[in-house]
Amino acid sequence: MTPVSLEALIDPIRPGTLLAIPPDYSGVSIAATLALVARGIGGLRLVAVPTSGLQADLLIGAGLVDELEAAAVLLGELGPAPRFAAAVTSGKLRMKDTTCPALHAALQASEKGVPFMPLRGLIGSDVQKNRPDWKIADNPFAADGARDPIVLLPAIRPDVALFHATTADREGNVWIGRRRELVTMAHAAKQTIVTVEEIVDGSLLGDEATAAGVLPSIYVSAVADAKDGACPLGLQDLYSVDDAAIARYAESARTEAGFHEWLAQFMNGRKAAA
Amino acid sequence: MDRARTELLIGTVYRLLEGCRTIAVGNSSPIPGSAALLLRAKRPETRVLMLGSKKHNAFTDGGRELFDCAAQGRIDAFFLGGGQIDGQGNINLVGLGPYPRITHRFPGSFGSAYLYYVVPRVILFREEHTARVMVPKVDFVSAPGVSAPEVYRPGGPHALVTGRCVFAFDKAKRRFRLESVHPGESIGSVRQNTGFDFDVAPQVGETAPLADSDLALLRGRVAGEIAETYPRFARALFGAQQAAE
Repeated sequence: MTPVSLEALIDPIRPGTLLAIPPDYSGVSIAATLALVARGIGGLRLVAVPTSGLQADLLIGAGLVDELEAAAVLLGELGPAPRFAAAVTSGKLRMKDTTCPALHAALQASEKGVPFMPLRGLIGSDVQKNRPDWKIADNPFAADGARDPIVLLPAIRPDVALFHATTADREGNVWIGRRRELVTMAHAAKQTIVTVEEIVDGSLLGDEATAAGVLPSIYVSAVADAKDGACPLGLQDLYSVDDAAIARYAESARTEAGFHEWLAQFMNGRKAAA
Repeated sequence: MDRARTELLIGTVYRLLEGCRTIAVGNSSPIPGSAALLLRAKRPETRVLMLGSKKHNAFTDGGRELFDCAAQGRIDAFFLGGGQIDGQGNINLVGLGPYPRITHRFPGSFGSAYLYYVVPRVILFREEHTARVMVPKVDFVSAPGVSAPEVYRPGGPHALVTGRCVFAFDKAKRRFRLESVHPGESIGSVRQNTGFDFDVAPQVGETAPLADSDLALLRGRVAGEIAETYPRFARALFGAQQAAE
């Protein structure tokens, strides 16, 4: 698999795409997110697996998101994500509130190619009551005469999953280590596009010690090289989240004007560094 | 940060974890996390699974593993908070106002709408104890304190620890019961700052501080351990840097 440019990588993402993104601690492709912002692809439907932070806030602030399904959106230790909060309270964003395991389970249904997945909990919460797409069924295997209601979640099948990882090989195998929610995302999605810190020679599947931490290329549609592609978020053991940068973002993005100013500066900075 | 108060809260949560073998710690939980690590420092058989940590988190199967473990009954204790908490143990992590047209947005429900049902000992923790947080009825139920009898529910609220006091939760009565007040507080001051009605234990004492030997353990080993996941918290409270290993 030949690595592609960032611009070519994001090609499968079109207006209305159901786009799966990982949590801030897992490997977020800020590089591809900025390419999306630059291209101005709107009407996105985001699925956070199961939460998001800076990435969702950037895309929402840039006006590219119509709908978001997430268990939470926050900027790490700093708390609420400002553009997300503003978009929800102004009614600009269609929010599908959910809970972390419901997202994992609904993606697992797609992994298995089945239409739904049952899940414990949820019944009687306002999360459940505001999700007409979820159903409550009686456990057909319950003991005779016993009632055992359980929630059924329809499978989530993202059009595209997007994340950032440390390493890919030239076959398109991607090292994800123990961040296996990335595997779930990729298994469930129709296409998976990945940015990486580096592309190495040799096969990542060749060594038994590393093979289990690899997302194999059968799930990977395209890979692009993007050094520091998760910054200012962190990546595995390579680099930590830049707390000061996130704090500056949180402060700037309190207003729409401040957000756009921050974004312009950030994109210029990335261009200069590239 | 008021160091004495924070250490008192860590000690309070620590005592509520007594007897737990496997403790999971979620997002934004430095005080519960410190309490869990303190228990482990004293009882090495304790397992702590702290979200966001590499060193104190043994999961290898991605974000779903905690939830799968919890549904199987492998997790003994977990912590939840809330932008609002009401007298029936309902918690709101979503926002204020009539959903979906809310007027103020919180981050979201996280795993609460599930873990509150399946983890036997959920400790509610919210430092701010005011009538705006402790309300008669939450605006949005991220997770309910109690469920209808037919709903599968081995878990639920065990206690509520705040910056003023400790409540136990009585499942049968669906009510909190005041157990102890922190130094400087009284039953009256708690009532004044609580929007919901609650019961009062026959003997409401002052919340006990940690023993000196436990405090030393907290300020030493535990401070270094918590700094990996909560560097700002550890610096502010203990002046601690991440422990070298």
